[in-house]
Amino acid sequence: MTAPLHDTGAETAAVDVTAGAPAEAIEGRSPWRIAWIRLKRDKLALAGGVVVLLLILVAVFAPLIVSVLGHPPNEFHEEEIDPLFSVPKGSWGGINSDFLLGVEPRNGRDVFSRIVYGARVSLLVAFLAAVVAVVLGTLFGIVAGFFGGWVDTVVSRLMDLLLAFPQLLFIIALVSVVPDSLWGLTGSGVRMGVLIVVIGFFGWPYIGRIVRGQTLSLREREYVEAARSLGAGRGYILLRELLPNLVAPITVYTTLMIPTNVLTEAALSFLGTGVKPPTASWGDMLSRAVDHYEADPLFMIIPGLAIFVTVLAFNLFGDGVRDALDPKGSR
Amino acid sequence: MSIPGQQAPGGPEPILKVKGLVKHFPITKGLLRRQIGAVQAVDGLTFDVLAGETLGVVGESGCGKSTMGRLITRLLEPTGGTVEFQGKDITHLGVAGMRPMRRDVQMIFQDPYSSLNPRHTVGTIVGAPFRLQRITPEGGVKKEVQRLLGLVGLNPEHYNRYPHEFSGGQRQRIGIARALALKPKLVVADEPVSALDVSIQAQVVNLLDDLQTELGLTYVIIAHDLSVIRHVSDRIAVMYLGKLVELTDRSSLYTRPMHPYTKALLSAVPVPDPGRRIKRERILLKGDVPSPISPPSGCRFHTRCWKATEVCKAQEPPLVALEPGHQVACHHPESVPEPVAAVSTV
Repeated sequence: MTAPLHDTGAETAAVDVTAGAPAEAIEGRSPWRIAWIRLKRDKLALAGGVVVLLLILVAVFAPLIVSVLGHPPNEFHEEEIDPLFSVPKGSWGGINSDFLLGVEPRNGRDVFSRIVYGARVSLLVAFLAAVVAVVLGTLFGIVAGFFGGWVDTVVSRLMDLLLAFPQLLFIIALVSVVPDSLWGLTGSGVRMGVLIVVIGFFGWPYIGRIVRGQTLSLREREYVEAARSLGAGRGYILLRELLPNLVAPITVYTTLMIPTNVLTEAALSFLGTGVKPPTASWGDMLSRAVDHYEADPLFMIIPGLAIFVTVLAFNLFGDGVRDALDPKGSR
Repeated sequence: MSIPGQQAPGGPEPILKVKGLVKHFPITKGLLRRQIGAVQAVDGLTFDVLAGETLGVVGESGCGKSTMGRLITRLLEPTGGTVEFQGKDITHLGVAGMRPMRRDVQMIFQDPYSSLNPRHTVGTIVGAPFRLQRITPEGGVKKEVQRLLGLVGLNPEHYNRYPHEFSGGQRQRIGIARALALKPKLVVADEPVSALDVSIQAQVVNLLDDLQTELGLTYVIIAHDLSVIRHVSDRIAVMYLGKLVELTDRSSLYTRPMHPYTKALLSAVPVPDPGRRIKRERILLKGDVPSPISPPSGCRFHTRCWKATEVCKAQEPPLVALEPGHQVACHHPESVPEPVAAVSTV
């Protein structure tokens, strides 16, 4: 007989340790709370998060902000335009106390108001497209990973197909054939709806792949077997055992996907296949600025900066979230 | 096959009867998933587990021990043979059919890190059996979970904590509490201590021992550590490449192993006393365990056995009782007793 098996001294010592733990409220730190504590230490991510929060507030309260600080986004102010060169009067793109970021060349619309309303379009499309991608990606990914076999083969090949698809060309072609009213929406609503669905649809394989991979590894964990040995069915295992462990990677990927969607929306609007004018959009403003960049460079810089700051803020925040949720420490 | 000697008259009833249990994992190839072979993980096991006893199962890595454990708890579907629990055939029951059985057959897992869901609190983990079986224990789930935590030597106040806040030994105790929640009759423990430090192994093994006395449990304990097995088991089954090679009570296995493989295994147990170590005969097996995809013909051990002859290559030795309660599958068993001596030694 080897000695260690009778080493009861170790046992009593260990029991004492547990019993000697502080008797007052013992509260567990959930993995989410630990992630939040880590995130709070990451100053850069926190700064990104604050900017993201501000952007969301700006988008939500756009009408209020514009009514206080600007002019209606589609109101023409020809009195601000130099009739000879059709550029804003004064230097710096016509910035003055009335027009905080100047006016648009030719028609004199308030750039500040259009940036604020542009945030709405940008974030709405980016968020909702991310939601579409997350829902589809999670659903297909978890099913492919959990069931395996031919289901996995079909879903995986579908994802490969979509990833190889020239999505930008497809969207441009699609937008030109979409009718003016669809799903009870008209005008810009239709365009936004189409953008959301299409960007989301081409985005889900990225999430799907990650969720599938994670599911493949998670389903082999012993706690899944433990649940089965207690009589759990597939639904319980998918929803109660696997899904909670997938929330972290999904969250990370969503926050990193939103800036990509912002860029895609801007690119499509720049190409004229995004939201319909006169709805304000950053990409549309950039494309208008191309004609005037020599005379009025600020009109190009401002929407460019808006896109840049948004993407940077989301990326910094997303990176911070990823570090905080640290997939390696998920044990 | 009848099993003479295993059911001594007046002895306890078998709670689990396994007959000719087979599990082959198919190996597929190509797009059409054509089967090109099979891993013969478990290939014809026949044994009983008696109520209240501890059956230890030993063998090298890859010999099919864990597969056997997952077959009798029906986490895997057997390819052949039957598993009977308390007289009921559970060999091919589905998820729904097995659910009521799950209360009585529970499992303790090897890896205390992967067997607890990191996103659930200890309360959720130990309370899961009640939710899944739709049972409300007396005094509520929370109270019962706290009682169970106390039973396995954990602080009941740790109810709200997450697995990552516990050490390996504590996590294994959580796993044990979960397995015992529904007051099972049979507990299958798959390498319950092999992932733990040696000092913690002792605690967990002793806890399992105490719980058995307290709750009248029947254990099937799967392990590769012969010292652990010796400490906990009443009877021991030795497996090699998916087959049982020897099945007997603890004392006769350790004092008079009959199968050459068992003898080799026992000679590999480390001896803490250097003085005794020199005197001991150490049997070194040549080569590796053959692949279970194409196991050797006849006796599966013949490729590494120093006593192997022609008959071992040609004929598979049946598992027979060479003396009451001592079953061996070998053509050339060691230390076979004289017919008269056999009776007196048991």
